[in-house]
Amino acid sequence: MQRVFGRPKGLTELPFHYCPGCTHGVIHRLIGEVLEELDIIGDTIGVAPVGCAGFSLDFFACDFVGAAHGRAQAVATGIKRALPDKVVFTYQGDGDIAAIGTAHAIHVAARGEKITSIMVNNAVFGMTGGQMAPTTIGGQITTTSPYGRDCALVGTPIDMPKTVATLNGAVYVAACSVDTPKNIIQTKKCLKKAFQVQQAGLGYALVSILSTCPTNWGLSPADSLKWLQENMLPVYEMGELKVTEEVKAL
Amino acid sequence: MSKELMKGNEAIGEAAIRAGCKLFFGYPITPSTEIVEYLSKHLPKAGGTVLQGEDEVASINMCYGAATTGARVMTASSSPGFSLKQEGMSYLAAAELPVVVVNVNRTGPGLGGLGPSQSDYFQCTKGGGHGGYRQIVLAPSKGQELYDFTMEAFDLADKYRTPVVILSDGFLGQMMEPVELKKRPKAELPAKDWAVGGCKGRAKRKVASYSLTNEIGEVNNLHWEAKFAEMKDSLQRWESFHAEDAEYLIVGYGTCGRIAKSVVLKARKQGFKVGLIRPITLWPFPEEAFANLDGVKGILTVELNFGQMVEDVKLAVECRTPVYFHNRLGGMLPSENEILRKLGQVFDLAVEV
Ligand SMILES: Cc1ncc(C[n+]2csc(CCOP(=O)(O)OP(=O)(O)O)c2C)c(N)n1
Ligand code: SF4
Repeated sequence: MQRVFGRPKGLTELPFHYCPGCTHGVIHRLIGEVLEELDIIGDTIGVAPVGCAGFSLDFFACDFVGAAHGRAQAVATGIKRALPDKVVFTYQGDGDIAAIGTAHAIHVAARGEKITSIMVNNAVFGMTGGQMAPTTIGGQITTTSPYGRDCALVGTPIDMPKTVATLNGAVYVAACSVDTPKNIIQTKKCLKKAFQVQQAGLGYALVSILSTCPTNWGLSPADSLKWLQENMLPVYEMGELKVTEEVKAL
Repeated sequence: MSKELMKGNEAIGEAAIRAGCKLFFGYPITPSTEIVEYLSKHLPKAGGTVLQGEDEVASINMCYGAATTGARVMTASSSPGFSLKQEGMSYLAAAELPVVVVNVNRTGPGLGGLGPSQSDYFQCTKGGGHGGYRQIVLAPSKGQELYDFTMEAFDLADKYRTPVVILSDGFLGQMMEPVELKKRPKAELPAKDWAVGGCKGRAKRKVASYSLTNEIGEVNNLHWEAKFAEMKDSLQRWESFHAEDAEYLIVGYGTCGRIAKSVVLKARKQGFKVGLIRPITLWPFPEEAFANLDGVKGILTVELNFGQMVEDVKLAVECRTPVYFHNRLGGMLPSENEILRKLGQVFDLAVEV
């Protein structure tokens, strides 16, 4: 029988351990496809963070390095500076990149570090049990904002891709979502572009992707998608937020 | 071979280049800054890369990344900056990555001051980061040793896949001394068949520090324990100076060891059998130096802190002879006469100063 659909070569055979309905799996698949289509599996080194995404080092078919919480981009910088000809990417949660790792997130972009970062924004700290993240929406209930995030007391959500887009070294910044088939297709396009930008040596590329956390949101997978659409999409600006002239010319 | 007059910090930089260090990540802090400055000037010319990180946390994690590729890499800092590197050091130890880390110890606690101090002994030798690990710590006492030990540190790091700390201080780092730019014979080192770099033509590789399964966690910890034990057995180093027939021993490392040498000579001149044990590896602590204490009536440990290495001395001595302690703090150094006077006092010797 002819196989018409299977796992992309960019992923290993290991079954994902993510919770049912969690969109980490969708994003993994998209990256796996991009690695395969660009034929870079053998030349790529991924950096895993701490958080639910921390186990991604087993799921991608390329070499992988596990970093400390928040430090993935500093680690990726070290790898890229040692091996400038290889493709280096980080796969991080919003807690990793917008809380503990903020300094590194700003400075890889400022330096124009030739790496690709993927930020998975599920508006909570997933792995530790659903605490408030810098990306948590105003009024959103989490285990550390049990009365709803009070923006007057703890500030408003950080829109990380928008912040990063202001820095000159960031040449490609996209904000995507994987809530609908259409958006999934768009996300893959952006991911591919972000890797191509690196291959062309143009500068830093960030793709932020809105994702669900059914387990910590306490919602079914279907209701989670709805919650994302109703609560996150109005807060976070979507689209290719920054595409420099060189990137357009790719 | 040529001798050059260099600052201690510069000697470290030059040795790193000659040892094949390809990447340096750092963040300036006095009195270590000449290391990042020297390398910024000279490492690129030697085909390497220097990157000033946004802070010490970034710098040590950049080292972590570069080390995963098998490249030789170094960072340098001073006490408050070294504190910030502790998170990374724990991860380096767990992921078994070879990185050379220089700590030009300044005074503390807190921001402290810039003078020479040995207040980071505990932090360096007992595992300043979390989780209980060991790392090799080398204690130079002069420019030549800053150079030699830095070169050797890269080999040790590669051999044991571990971070190696060079513990210097503001006095050694800033002083100019003649340094012979020796070449080291190339040591036989294991291949880095664990390094990442793209899996083309081979199986995928991973470098990480975690295991969330207790059973695997225990296996990993037993592996580290065995490795630490092997290092402890094979790496202990110290210098003995007139210690063979000594009735009274001074123990001091780095700057204190250097000052104590003159004290030994002064005491000997007056007919007192004083000797010196100068630990060179602070971890593993040279317990073997204290194996035979026959005829030793007492020990005086001299340090620039509230009393840190003295605890290791006491453990090694196991109450076989009394151990006394002398210190200066906050950037001050003990004078030769001051140490001599203390010797006279604790051992009831009629020394002249
Ligand atoms: C230094 C440090 N602080 C805290 C933690 C605990 N911790 C593990 S994962 C995590 C949050 C992860 O959240 P996010 O990055 O959003 O990833 P997600 O789990 O949602 O994918 C935290 C706080 C840690 N491992 N290390
Ligand atoms: S906790 Fe949330 S983010 Fe983590 S795997 Fe489960 S659903 Fe996904």
